[in-house]
Amino acid sequence: MDPKMAGHETEGPRMNPLLEMDRATVEFGGLRAVSELDLTLRQGELVGLIGPNGAGKTTVFNLITGVYQPTSGDIRFEGRSVAGRKPYQITARGVARTFQNIRLFGSLSVFDNVRAAFNIHLHHGISHALWRGPGFDREEREVETMAEELLEIFHLDHLRDAECTALPYGDQRRLEIVRALATRPKLLLLDEPAAGMNPTEKGELMRLIRFTQEKFDLAVLLVEHDMRVVMGICERIAVLDYGVKIAEGAPEAIRNDRKVIEAYLGE
Amino acid sequence: MNRPKTCFLLFVALIAALAPFQSAINPYYFNILISIGINIILGVGLNLVTGYTGQFSLGHAGFMAVGAYLSGSVTVFLAPRWLPALGGGAAGETALFLLALIAGGLGAGLAGLAVGVPSLRLKGDYLAIVTLGFAEIIRVILQNMEIVGGPRGLSIPIRPTGLFGTYLAAALTVYVVVLLVHSTYGRGFLTVRDDEIAAEAMGINSTKYKVIAFVVAAFFAGIAGGLYAHFIQFITPEGFGYLKSVDIVVIVILGGMGNTPGVILAAILLTILPEGLRVMSGWEFLPDAVRGIVKNRMILYSLLLIILMLTRPQGLFSSGGKWTQKWRAMKRRGRA
Repeated sequence: MDPKMAGHETEGPRMNPLLEMDRATVEFGGLRAVSELDLTLRQGELVGLIGPNGAGKTTVFNLITGVYQPTSGDIRFEGRSVAGRKPYQITARGVARTFQNIRLFGSLSVFDNVRAAFNIHLHHGISHALWRGPGFDREEREVETMAEELLEIFHLDHLRDAECTALPYGDQRRLEIVRALATRPKLLLLDEPAAGMNPTEKGELMRLIRFTQEKFDLAVLLVEHDMRVVMGICERIAVLDYGVKIAEGAPEAIRNDRKVIEAYLGE
Repeated sequence: MNRPKTCFLLFVALIAALAPFQSAINPYYFNILISIGINIILGVGLNLVTGYTGQFSLGHAGFMAVGAYLSGSVTVFLAPRWLPALGGGAAGETALFLLALIAGGLGAGLAGLAVGVPSLRLKGDYLAIVTLGFAEIIRVILQNMEIVGGPRGLSIPIRPTGLFGTYLAAALTVYVVVLLVHSTYGRGFLTVRDDEIAAEAMGINSTKYKVIAFVVAAFFAGIAGGLYAHFIQFITPEGFGYLKSVDIVVIVILGGMGNTPGVILAAILLTILPEGLRVMSGWEFLPDAVRGIVKNRMILYSLLLIILMLTRPQGLFSSGGKWTQKWRAMKRRGRA
């Protein structure tokens, strides 16, 4: 019945497609931003999505997370279509993302940014927040502990009460990842995490992404301009140009792909 | 960790203890005290929408009107029939008043839901225009409803609004808003204000939060309207025009967006300020020139508002104002 359950029995979890984009297309007026894109991610995979400026990489993220709806084609997460779902519903199913231009909650502290993201796992609603019985206190303490643990893992615990906008750039990026992890995703979408970082920071970021992926057993889809980062950590890379997937494969194969070189350097 | 609850109960006990002495208060000061209470309810309620959730609403007086007229109608039309059934006398009157207030609050809350669900997908100025339009619609409807007096207004025979009722409602508003915002659940309001797209990406249903904020604020505006109607005893649609909405917005902005103590202080200050100027214009010992200025109190009031906004653009309790910074720089120079 449920394709996911069937997959579990026969092929094991690693073989389940977690995310399937099936000829997903999005059009804005006459412009085809993403055209018939097929992309599959399995559990625990680290896949890179690259392409020249304006190739539609961020649009793909917006399609997966429900910011845009596919004009045609389908997107399935764990076998169930996410087309027509709102972003918050898709996040609740286990997709979390970071943003190309950092979007932290500016007026909240570092700690509160993380706590806010635990919102979807609350068992209690508005009445509990108003009545504040023992159940409320227990849950608030749980959220606090979990948020503190996450901050500790990513070495942000000493900045707990700082204003998030006052953090250095790299820490803000890290905080965005922490916040995304607080929603307990199965798939993490990282939108240009290395943008604006120096080589040392990029090296740290690569370690961080790998560490995150292993520690939380995530599938990661990474949009990145920096080839060193993408080639360094991705198991598989898909290349997008003008909304069309022009190549997909292991980093070595992509590096030598004629079409890819053309797209980046011209003929 | 039940500090808010303790504070709330202590405050209720305090006003309950003070309430018996309200008849000893000079009627003029009593009037001001009640107005302060009502403005606190309106300001703190709107602060949940504008301050904490970041949705600019210019129609708060509309919800107040719904509450005022609904609760007023309950008293006017049901009192002759229900008062004997409720046992008559003071107890019956209080029970009917409570019923009227709750009816006003629920009615306004429903109006909030009806307006909020379709209009909260709009942002910024557009939402402001829609809410402004809503308040005007309410006003025009009331003007054309003969059963509640139309443009002539509705007079309410009893005056049960007292210090206890008003400040209980005010404390309840503050309690609800503060508790909502200081919880993991309620942090959703702040995330919607800070970045709606990021909030949605973190699994927060921004529309739901906006509607909740709108309905809660409308409910309390309805209660405030009911208290007002049963205090002033005569309401007209004109009293709930868009200037009233602007007054409430000014309280929120001056108090500081999302700063409840600031909004309470602003509600107190903005209620007292025009009255204080009125009192000053009667002081014989002031030179005529000063009294002449003070007599134009509405101009002075506006001027004071402008000065306050220039010096404290982030609200009364902020520290980031231009003049505050200049003052600090001066002090630093003085020390060096």
